[in-house]
Amino acid sequence: MSDIAIELRGIDKSFGLVHANKNINLTVRKGTIHGIIGENGAGKSTLMSILYGFYQADKGDIIIDGKTVTIKDPNAAIASGIGMVHQHFMLVENFTVLENVMLGAEESQILNTSISKARVELKRLEKEYALEVNPDALIEQLPVGLQQRVEILKALYRKADILILDEPTGVLTPPEADHLFRILGQLKDQGKTIIFITHKLREIMAITDEVSVMRRGEMVATRKTKETSVEELAELMVGRRVLLRVEKGAANPGEVKLAVENLTVRDGRGVTMVDNVSFNLRAGEIVGIAGVAGNGQSELLEAISGIRRAVSGKVLLNGKPIDVTGHVDPRELRDRGLGHVPEDRHHVGLVLKFEEAENGILGYHHEKRFLNGVFLNTKAIQADAEEKIKKYDIRPPNPRLKTANFSGGNQQKIVLAREMERGPDVLIIGQPTRGVDVGAIEFIHKRIIEMRDQGMAVLLVSVELDEIRALSDRIIVMFAGGVVGERDPDATEGELGLLMAGVEGRKEAAE
Amino acid sequence: MDFFHTIIAILESTIRVSVPLIFAALAGLFTERAGVFDIGLEGKMLGAAFAAGAVAAVTGNVMMGLMAAVLISVLLSLVHGYASITQRGSQIVSGVAINFIVAGSTVILGEAWFRQGGRTPALSGDARFQTITLPFADAVRDVPFLGPIYSELLSGHFILTYVAFALVPFSWWVLYRTRFGLRLRAVGENPSAVDTAGISVIWLRYRAVICCGILCGFAGAYLSLAMSAGFVKGMTAGKGYIALAALIFAKWRPVNIMLACLLFGFLDALSIRLQGNPLPLIGQVPVQLMQALPYILTVILLAGFIGKAIPPKAGGVPYVKER
Repeated sequence: MSDIAIELRGIDKSFGLVHANKNINLTVRKGTIHGIIGENGAGKSTLMSILYGFYQADKGDIIIDGKTVTIKDPNAAIASGIGMVHQHFMLVENFTVLENVMLGAEESQILNTSISKARVELKRLEKEYALEVNPDALIEQLPVGLQQRVEILKALYRKADILILDEPTGVLTPPEADHLFRILGQLKDQGKTIIFITHKLREIMAITDEVSVMRRGEMVATRKTKETSVEELAELMVGRRVLLRVEKGAANPGEVKLAVENLTVRDGRGVTMVDNVSFNLRAGEIVGIAGVAGNGQSELLEAISGIRRAVSGKVLLNGKPIDVTGHVDPRELRDRGLGHVPEDRHHVGLVLKFEEAENGILGYHHEKRFLNGVFLNTKAIQADAEEKIKKYDIRPPNPRLKTANFSGGNQQKIVLAREMERGPDVLIIGQPTRGVDVGAIEFIHKRIIEMRDQGMAVLLVSVELDEIRALSDRIIVMFAGGVVGERDPDATEGELGLLMAGVEGRKEAAE
Repeated sequence: MDFFHTIIAILESTIRVSVPLIFAALAGLFTERAGVFDIGLEGKMLGAAFAAGAVAAVTGNVMMGLMAAVLISVLLSLVHGYASITQRGSQIVSGVAINFIVAGSTVILGEAWFRQGGRTPALSGDARFQTITLPFADAVRDVPFLGPIYSELLSGHFILTYVAFALVPFSWWVLYRTRFGLRLRAVGENPSAVDTAGISVIWLRYRAVICCGILCGFAGAYLSLAMSAGFVKGMTAGKGYIALAALIFAKWRPVNIMLACLLFGFLDALSIRLQGNPLPLIGQVPVQLMQALPYILTVILLAGFIGKAIPPKAGGVPYVKER
């Protein structure tokens, strides 16, 4: 018995001209959590898809438990004891947990016998690994964290000894992520081997035993987690030194640019999502709104930016009211000096099928400088795009490329460039670095500070507490739709965490 | 008592016209639940009806006719499958193409082979399905109320009629109680989940499409071998589309499908019955309006009465592995 679970030797894979994996070597020890880190597009997912039999490597060997194996499809991977939890869950939403777990691993042609066997086995797995979930619940009714648990159960049901998790925390709230880490710890204790793919350095430091770093299709280094640091890993990932802490001077707040008074917003079902929220935002300061996802931050942003109608309350932009309870035209708001970087760039911020240059003027396309009579002035649009590409280091530097073909970080830069370069008085930014690489995060943070220093008022919403603390001059914490407290950015993580969990805030609000 | 007999007669003809709808809608159920939309039910049914009529006329054997119907319909299904599963083409375009090709070629082939203006020769005897009289049907005919229901409404149909109604619970059982059904429903909702579970999406969808072909074959054979005595050009007359409407109306569920088909069949039977008979209070109504009635009601029902019909999530989308 060797203590090596998986060994990859010289794995090579190309898709057309894209060389996704170049001569990859990797050794994963049994009973460990092995992190694989790299920026988006570094080839992590391709490598794991090869291991799971989704793609075939052009060259190279896969050795499992000391035996060279060919993994020609997911079936072969399952037979070799590999289970995978995909980034986008592979679940049938209107099936029950039980049906999802046994799909593809049914005992017999007739379901009844399979169901009862699966039920017994699921109970056993739940007990053994403390993975509780109601076997008869429909997937679509479960929160994301539990859906992920079903994915893990699916792998265990197929007797997986090696679990691959692809960006598992991307969709989770911080408490759900913590819970996942505890589960992974337990699985490790029970002797399972776990490969954990992420681009978040913190997670690597928190739970892995060893970490391998990928960059541009190559495996650049493997370290024992104990013997490395966030700084070293970031440098290996990006290929140059990265500043993880933004440097910023003191804020110099000016007059109130955005005033929100007693704003209340309900969702389609009539549930109050934003509850009587008031705050001021001044020129030259960054106000961060912290909170666990789903506590009303999204709805607040939507109401201020005119996408969602509020029930009551007032919003003043540059001292003049916005009709937030009636009809608001987002274009009018833009003309009045409000820039908006939406939380969801894929659905709200960009049209992915458009060219980069087209997305660069979206929402501002009616402005004279982009028009030639009733036609678009393509030359001016092109020139504008090229300028922004240079200034924001958008890669690849091709304004004619479809936006879908840019990486997450570069897509975000396209949106930021569009909204920032217009020079709005108030800029509201939702999740500025969600799904963005480390290198781009550094750039985006610097840009936001620069904008502040030029006198822009910035309202920042992020579920990443680190980001809020690094950028904000004041932090407002939201819980269950209401503001539960305001803190300085030097407040401790613990203090903010308690507010975010709604523990401290209720007392404060009651006083 | 006269009124009672009228009702029985309308219901009896309801059953008669519902049968092809049930076959075709169940056919659609299998493929659409697997994520392959099929607007070509009409064409497959028509092709099957022609094949059945032609082969039964030549061989004089109704079973040969039925087999030919199933064969042609399955072949057409495989064409649809090849276009939309293997080649990942548009399922709508492929379905429409099949409808057009069949509508034209059945007439051309019929004329070339039989020279009766696109018809196949009239069938009789062993070349056609015969009605079945259920046991004791004659004995209980005079029992009040229940007697006519048994002997006139339930007895005296073709074997295919009983098969159609038996297929309703059978389809339910296959979809919800077998491994094949579980996987079939899964592949229509999230093919990636099926693929990562180590099951072939392609093969599974092909099997669903073949099931559809077999059932459309039965529908076509019923039209030309049972309901009529031979093939007449365009004899499906939009039944494939009505079946599709029934499928949506029934929200892709087997028992609902039967009820929806019976409802559409009832409207059809009613319109035939009402033609030429003055309606109370309204008086004489133009025949055309009566004939249009089922279609008008179909539109109204589909537009207003079904609430939100949620189709299989992956329906209409060819499966492509990520990258």
